[in-house]
Amino acid sequence: MSLSFLEGLRFARVDSPLHRADPRAKFAMALSFFASSLIFTNALALLALFALQIPIALMGRIARRWARSLRGGAFLAILIFLMNFLTGQGASFSIAMSLRFFCLLSSFSIFFLTTSPDDLGLALEQCKIPYAISFTFTTAVRLVPTMAMDAQEIIDAQRSRGLELERGKLLRRVRNYIPILVPLIVCAIRRSLEMAEALESRAFGASERRTSLTALRMGAGDFAIVALSIALLASSIYISRSLQMPSLEALDSLLSFKWGFAQPAALGRIPKA
Amino acid sequence: MIEVEGLVFRYPNGFEALRGVDLRIGDGEFVAIMGENGAGKTTLVKHFNGLLKPTLGRVLIDGVDTRDASVAELARSVGLVFQNPDRQLFSETVREEVAFALRNFGFSEEIVSKRVERILGMLDLSEYADTSPFLLSGGERKRVALASVLVWDPKHVILDEPTIGQDYLQKERLRDFIMQINDQGKTVVIVTHDVEFVAEAKPRVVLMSKGEIVGDGRAEEVLSDRDLVDKASLIRPQISELADSLSDKGLPRGLIDAYSARSAILRLLRERHVPELP
Repeated sequence: MSLSFLEGLRFARVDSPLHRADPRAKFAMALSFFASSLIFTNALALLALFALQIPIALMGRIARRWARSLRGGAFLAILIFLMNFLTGQGASFSIAMSLRFFCLLSSFSIFFLTTSPDDLGLALEQCKIPYAISFTFTTAVRLVPTMAMDAQEIIDAQRSRGLELERGKLLRRVRNYIPILVPLIVCAIRRSLEMAEALESRAFGASERRTSLTALRMGAGDFAIVALSIALLASSIYISRSLQMPSLEALDSLLSFKWGFAQPAALGRIPKA
Repeated sequence: MIEVEGLVFRYPNGFEALRGVDLRIGDGEFVAIMGENGAGKTTLVKHFNGLLKPTLGRVLIDGVDTRDASVAELARSVGLVFQNPDRQLFSETVREEVAFALRNFGFSEEIVSKRVERILGMLDLSEYADTSPFLLSGGERKRVALASVLVWDPKHVILDEPTIGQDYLQKERLRDFIMQINDQGKTVVIVTHDVEFVAEAKPRVVLMSKGEIVGDGRAEEVLSDRDLVDKASLIRPQISELADSLSDKGLPRGLIDAYSARSAILRLLRERHVPELP
């Protein structure tokens, strides 16, 4: 059991055009991909949306970590496929839902992999969000990998004491996670208390108005990113509403699954989202 | 017997933590694995109960390749106590915490309660049996973690940084305890930075640096060797520094602890006929 997929969300300090871009522009891009993937229920459209992100990941020089986060999500994607397929949603729709999950994961993976927590905090602050809130947010992001390390260590310690996570019936397996969750939560609370003390002893919140050393400024490239993001979203809306997309419905008749009393006629039909 | 042959381990991120380690630890041995941060000490001992599997090479525990057994199976004979007790304590009482592993291994309730009481007694924890482990002090939590592993009586005991967070008195008791279970025939492997602790316990010392073993021998030999100790970013025991600086006065090198230094100095003084000695 490994939590290495969380590596795929950890920021890496690399020099790339995407790393240098304004966090707000990158956030617009992530949102645009996010919204677009929610618009489509067509597998081919979602595949295209996903493929569009590949060159972006390459440009950001994060392709390997990005791929790792997707690999980490593969289990969930399979689960999503099975849940849909076994409840009679049809193969093409089930595939589309898994692809949608990958698109969502990928858009945020790219954002977090190329945006340092500092930039993120700065962006939040410049959007006039109170420092206490923006700080909480960036700290949460920063602590994810630390928590993942804690979790790995806890899993190792409990397995060393004979805990088997892979075996047993479902209920037992769920119960087996208690020895992992309790220390994880206790560690998190302990850490946050310590952190609060450390922050207060360094005069956190002493001044109402903080000024920051660096200010973010949107450049031409950043505006281009925003413009492209808006264009992507607009064309997604247009395509989904007015164009007939080729679909994988042919698959449905090939791969149909009958579950209990599901009506054969209901199988293979794509529900409207 | 713990046998490590040509062990190379690479983490998923590509970092090569172990770069060809060969090591044999016989039954009943007492070994300290030392070295700088990131030398690969913890990575190495995580191979002993199969938490990590070799990228290359192999690890045999009593002849069984760790690749062919589950962690739970290996844990039966290899008890690994982690550095930070907070990353494993979860039960409502110390008694339940210590019983956890026994239940995992399927011992009967009768044996569970008998063994739990005994180990709590041995580690001075009886009075806390019904206390929540979260309410104990750092040193006590550490002892609970130790008890929760020793309770199933593993043949080989691995302790990762057992002295961290312990005051001097607790350290001394811990040393006595470790030596006691070692005398009873258990293999004891400790991973530590604590040079003074090792100097007084005098186990076999395996020195690691950058994923390789750079020194292996008696504590007296390894810890007094300036070049070796430097290589592993450790500092020699104070006594060793003292013995070196007085070597021109006839003090032998290779002294690492106060007791042997005391007798060496006394011998020296006697040879020079200094009167009124104890």
